[in-house]
Amino acid sequence: MLSALLVFTLLGLAFGAVLGFAAVRFQVQGDPMVDKIDAILPQTQCGQCGFPGCRPYATAIAKDEADINRCPPGGETAVVALADLLGKPAKPLAAENAKAKTYVVIDEERCIGCTKCIQACPVDAIVGAAKHMHTVIKELCTGCDLCIEPCPVDCIHTREHITTTETWKWPAPTTQIEYREAS
Amino acid sequence: MKSYLLLLVSTVLVNNFVLVKFLGLCPFMGVSKKLETAVGMGMATTFVLTLSAVFSHLIETWILVPLDIQFLRTISFILVIAVVVQFTEMFIRKSSPLLYNVLGIFLPLITTNCAVLGVALLSVQQKQTLVESALYGFGASLGFSLSMILFAAIRENIEIADVPVIFRGPSIALLTAGLMSLAFMGFTGLA
Repeated sequence: MLSALLVFTLLGLAFGAVLGFAAVRFQVQGDPMVDKIDAILPQTQCGQCGFPGCRPYATAIAKDEADINRCPPGGETAVVALADLLGKPAKPLAAENAKAKTYVVIDEERCIGCTKCIQACPVDAIVGAAKHMHTVIKELCTGCDLCIEPCPVDCIHTREHITTTETWKWPAPTTQIEYREAS
Repeated sequence: MKSYLLLLVSTVLVNNFVLVKFLGLCPFMGVSKKLETAVGMGMATTFVLTLSAVFSHLIETWILVPLDIQFLRTISFILVIAVVVQFTEMFIRKSSPLLYNVLGIFLPLITTNCAVLGVALLSVQQKQTLVESALYGFGASLGFSLSMILFAAIRENIEIADVPVIFRGPSIALLTAGLMSLAFMGFTGLA
């Protein structure tokens, strides 16, 4: 009986020491908050927030160095989700980021089918194959303009979304959205 | 050498732990919806099962038998398994964050995978040597991974098949598992 107790105490201590050592040895650096914020961001890596990608922006938010309303592709949904996560009041998109909604079109006469814009597109909104004409799926394009720069023949142009009776939406509320205390 | 090979074949196919001995059914049903997670789970279980079989054998021969406290076998094996799983989790988290994300909650759940404890206990019952129990654990986990991957592949195809409404979801999965188990009975004459 006594030996059993002794053995188990020693065994537990030994295993605990091993795990404690492993915890120090295999420690993972990193802020779990960054992952959570990064998961909310749309991963378009468009850089419209002023950071080189979604991950750097998430890191900046986690460090409280950037505001939560600087992501145009994420729009209001992302701002509200971030506000919910961080316990901050939600607010409309920052003016400098909330430029008019645009999309791009490819001048199909001049497209040489180099696929460079396809590789640049973060949301896979461009269809086409090598040496065949490419085109943009308007509904998927977030207007990040990342495809304009790589195009060798400059056949990609920005267009503003023109509001028709079918695409018109009620304007977003201009008052601050109240943050509800999570119950 | 031949007996080792025989042991391996018998644990992978003839006495497949999932489909013939019906151990470790929770991960078998739970993680087999997608092929990727099934492969990941298979790999993690392989690692844990082999290690825990070896450690359990060492604990049995060097601690429990000399001190005549075999009645503590189950709890000490559970302790070993828990430690190995914890260690694996830390290791995978450091070495492959992608795999860590894929496995998610299922990694800690290996602790409660009855196949892991089953292998350790059966290995002791059969009075195996250290090499034999290592092979037994490795073979068992290979068999586990094999049936997991096969089952996940079938389930992925069932997703797109036209299944009658009342059979959809878990019921068709359980039926499939039963049929697979029947199929594995065919290996009985092999060894």
